[in-house]
Amino acid sequence: MAIENRKVTVTVNGQERSAEVEPRKLLVHYLRDDLGLTGTHIGCDTSQCGACTIMVNGAAVKSCTMLAVQADKSELTTVEGLGTIDHLHPMQQSFWEEHGLQCGYCTPGVMMAMIGLLQENPNPSEEEIREGMEGVICRCTGYQFIVSAVQKAAKIMAEAAAKDGEAVAASQLVGEGTHRG
Amino acid sequence: MIPVKFDYVHAATVDQAIKLMQDSDGTGKVIAGGHSLLPLMKFRLTEPDVLIDISRIDQLKEVKVEGERLIVGALVTHHDASKHPLIQAHVPLLADTASQIGDLQIRNRGTIGGNLAHADPAADLPAAAFALDAEIIIQGEDGEERMSVDSFIIGPLITMLPENSLVTGVSFSIPPSHAKSVYLKYFHPASGYPVVGVAAMAGTDKAGAIDYIKVALTGVGDVAFRAESVEQTLLGQKPSEKMIREAARLAAEEGEMGSDLFASAEYRENLCKVYTERALRSILL
Ligand SMILES: Cc1cc2nc3c(=O)[nH]c(=O)nc-3n(C[C@H](O)[C@H](O)[C@H](O)COP(=O)(O)OP(=O)(O)OC[C@H]3O[C@@H](n4cnc5c(N)ncnc54)[C@H](O)[C@@H]3O)c2cc1C
Ligand code: FES
Ligand code: FES
Repeated sequence: MAIENRKVTVTVNGQERSAEVEPRKLLVHYLRDDLGLTGTHIGCDTSQCGACTIMVNGAAVKSCTMLAVQADKSELTTVEGLGTIDHLHPMQQSFWEEHGLQCGYCTPGVMMAMIGLLQENPNPSEEEIREGMEGVICRCTGYQFIVSAVQKAAKIMAEAAAKDGEAVAASQLVGEGTHRG
Repeated sequence: MIPVKFDYVHAATVDQAIKLMQDSDGTGKVIAGGHSLLPLMKFRLTEPDVLIDISRIDQLKEVKVEGERLIVGALVTHHDASKHPLIQAHVPLLADTASQIGDLQIRNRGTIGGNLAHADPAADLPAAAFALDAEIIIQGEDGEERMSVDSFIIGPLITMLPENSLVTGVSFSIPPSHAKSVYLKYFHPASGYPVVGVAAMAGTDKAGAIDYIKVALTGVGDVAFRAESVEQTLLGQKPSEKMIREAARLAAEEGEMGSDLFASAEYRENLCKVYTERALRSILL
């Protein structure tokens, strides 16, 4: 049986990218081999370790357990889309400052999963962070420093959101002012 | 690990999915979240010629109340089931169970319909489905039919799903508003799957006697089951620690205990009793 390749087009880290792939190609291989985004790692390849975690339409998923064709026309965020070396994402900055990584193999997936957790629960308790880490495995850190990093990231992100909130409130005020005037 | 070659098609509607299954002549398989199917395909334990992707049929993502029952679309993910306001309000047991499946990432992909259609003896959802008298809504070549979950799941990975048909949703009975519920599982530390999972619901009348009780267990044998002996022992009684302990001793009565590398049958039987007791204490005392 001749099986045609499929064109898979995604918006990844804000950029539209596409490649022709076999239907059996896993999403993680598409990212790494076809799009050259090698920040996403493959640890276990059996849906356990979470090293391959990325965001698909805003939700954290294991990209070793999804086909590239299933992701067609989706919005993806990989670790490359989080921040730049000059402007780290709060999660990256906190992992750095709190020593949330040693070898770094698990780190891209862990950060994506933890961003997924903070989207659901912006102010998690230590226990909730540990529960949220069910889907990731780190063989180096013993997790304690990851927990500290996530706590710090949550704090920075909450402060930033509050500031944004103030900015929005302020712009509304300006708006009202203009209106009244 | 890479699956063997297969072809891949999208179904835009339920009718189209059925047509595509007919066309595949038994060699096609439906894929929803893919979180049971893809791991099997990667191990080459199953090798369908064509995957029929139903994940974009929006009609299968709806949740609605229909009289005394809540209808949950087959494609509702475990994550969405755990957060959906109608599910939380009417069948909190389902929300509670869904929130304990796998991990964050698994819950974002796995679906209610896929979980029950897969009929994994170690899955969590069957416990809630048995306790909530679930009916599986099936759309096939000859129209729609409904099957109670205990006649649908008949063995490990074996269901009565007719050829060329789809699970479109699951209908759960809405328990009376005074009933409390809990899902409690003892999970294998590596896989997260239950070695035993107990879904329990119970409520008491004004005089303090138990007037509503459902208990179902999963993970311990080939199929989930209702612990009817426990239910019957407690119905009409005023709950006490002693009563609950005695009733919970019957928790394994209706089930057949499996034995594997994780746990012997004897150990599983003990876990059934201990977890049923804990579950009932937490909602009745
Ligand atoms: C690492 C990991 C951990 C997990 N842990 C747990 C756990 O703790 N508890 C638990 O209960 N589950 C667990 N799961 C399984 C998870 O819940 C699956 O998502 C679920 O069992 C299957 O749903 P799916 O949508 O992914 O189905 P798929 O994988 O897409 O399909 C599974 C099977 O059902 C069929 N199917 C799917 N949808 C339909 C439909 N609508 N109509 C007819 N047939 C259909 C498919 O053809 C296939 O045969 C885990 C999975 C993984 C990978
Ligand atoms: S590589 Fe995907 S979960 Fe381990
Ligand atoms: S830092 Fe090495 S595996 Fe996590």
